[in-house]
Amino acid sequence: MEDVYILAIESSCDETAAAVVKNGREILSNVIYSQIDLHTLYGGVVPEIASRKHIDKINQVVSKAIEDSKMELKDMSAVAVTYGPGLVGPLLVGVSFAKAMAYAAKLPVIGVHHIEGHICANYIANQELEPPFMCLVVSGGHTHLVKVADYGEYEILGRTEDDAAGEAFDKVARAIGLGYPGGPKIDRVSKSGNPEAIKFPRAKVGGSEYDFSFSGLKSAVLNYLNTASMNNEKIVTEDVAASFQQAVIDVLVGHSMEALDRYNFKKFAIAGGVASNSSLRAAFEEACAQKGVEFFLPPPILCTDNAAMIGSAAYYEYKRGTRSGLDLNAVPNLKLGER
Amino acid sequence: MKILAMDSSGLVASVAFLEDEKIKGLININYQKTHSQTLLPMLDELLKTLGDSLDDVDYLACANGPGSFTGLRIGVATVKGLGLGLGKKVVEVSTLEALALNWQGVDGVVCPIMDARRSQVYTAAYIFEDQDAVPKEIIAPVNCTIDELFEKLAANGKKVFFTGDGVPVYREYIESNLKVPFVLPSAVNEYQNAANVAVLGKAYAMEGKAVDASLVTPVYLRKPQAEREREALLNAE
Repeated sequence: MEDVYILAIESSCDETAAAVVKNGREILSNVIYSQIDLHTLYGGVVPEIASRKHIDKINQVVSKAIEDSKMELKDMSAVAVTYGPGLVGPLLVGVSFAKAMAYAAKLPVIGVHHIEGHICANYIANQELEPPFMCLVVSGGHTHLVKVADYGEYEILGRTEDDAAGEAFDKVARAIGLGYPGGPKIDRVSKSGNPEAIKFPRAKVGGSEYDFSFSGLKSAVLNYLNTASMNNEKIVTEDVAASFQQAVIDVLVGHSMEALDRYNFKKFAIAGGVASNSSLRAAFEEACAQKGVEFFLPPPILCTDNAAMIGSAAYYEYKRGTRSGLDLNAVPNLKLGER
Repeated sequence: MKILAMDSSGLVASVAFLEDEKIKGLININYQKTHSQTLLPMLDELLKTLGDSLDDVDYLACANGPGSFTGLRIGVATVKGLGLGLGKKVVEVSTLEALALNWQGVDGVVCPIMDARRSQVYTAAYIFEDQDAVPKEIIAPVNCTIDELFEKLAANGKKVFFTGDGVPVYREYIESNLKVPFVLPSAVNEYQNAANVAVLGKAYAMEGKAVDASLVTPVYLRKPQAEREREALLNAE
């Protein structure tokens, strides 16, 4: 069978990324230009600033990815690009660029769903992983419990009804003065805090029994902080962070384990930026071990937004015959499984 | 010399193919469809109709601003991708200067105005000293209010030829407030046109001004809102 080389581009939020992936599983290059320092000044990602940075950096990032792969553009089988979901301005830079470059190089283009990319990061990290399995995708923009029936076949079992898990981390981090980005900062200070110091709620919601809600938890943290400061009580930042983090983890692990029982999967994976959280990783490792379920997780570099994961997802689309037209557009609210 | 030019800085999506002295092909679409969906298919259609190959193009040219932030970036990202894919250089052309060619050769001041919202325009002013394609800039591209522009035009005193998508927005205001003689454009010379970008692109390419695709940069003339607000806060402290 002929080898398939995908040059993939990702620009859905604040990382400009490009990668070359062989046969969906092997990274030949993986270049990420993170804009995080720029957005830290504003306490979050500013779409217009992100769009401007993407267009400044995209040629250098893509050229570097080609160079690092020791291949040439003409040797690629296809060009892949994230076309949603994400911020429309940043997405449009990647989509417009990728289509034009592929057109010039006479290569097919494959539009890739960002969340499918996150899930596929697991194929790169774990060569033996094959569907079916269940995957929890947790990031700054997404919280999805997904049934991966086959390559390219997804069914959402649960999703957040309000804030994404990562969004809640950012908001709570801001409220307790840790700043942006919240995920890694809460993870760090929680290590010296008591996760049982404050009893925050574990929300159950009305929709699917596997749906999530984090806005109530966020409000509970804010209320706790307000009440404590009004009563002149000492606020222990580490305890608030650890207790909040534990509440998020309990809900994510609890829903995932219930769904695993119900659907009888033997394999479970996590993905997305929040999957870098050390306590979350440890909690899932333990919960899966107790059930005798095989647990998969990508290294942190493949949890954050990257293009290698897009290249992996595109490989399976390529094999299915998926090809996008010259009129491929950015779709900021693209649904999982939609084509 | 063959040049493939594009402009998606405003309402119009436009692609043109120039060969030596001739505009061999031109497609203009001024319709409510996003440029991200129209620009590349238009370019493909143009090349197919002409029977020309992208590989034979000597230079790419692109209107790099000012204009709609998103529209500009679609055009610039497209030309940067084409440039990298083909290994060809790109000529950056000011959207305003390209618009000025809508009144090429007139005796007076050519003033493109683009609607920048918030009661402002992106504008500049040019004169044509001879039949040369390249107009001479007398007011550098700027983001200002229409009144600020009127003061400069009045100080200059010459007859003004307007063009650009700011005209329909400010038509009545121009008619009742501008103190110097003026001419407004018609449907044929009101909007962006990639043929103008191609003609200027050729002139600049011959001057050696083509650059590597990685260096092509949109000229916004305006900072992002978040950046302006942050600076205002810092200045207030």
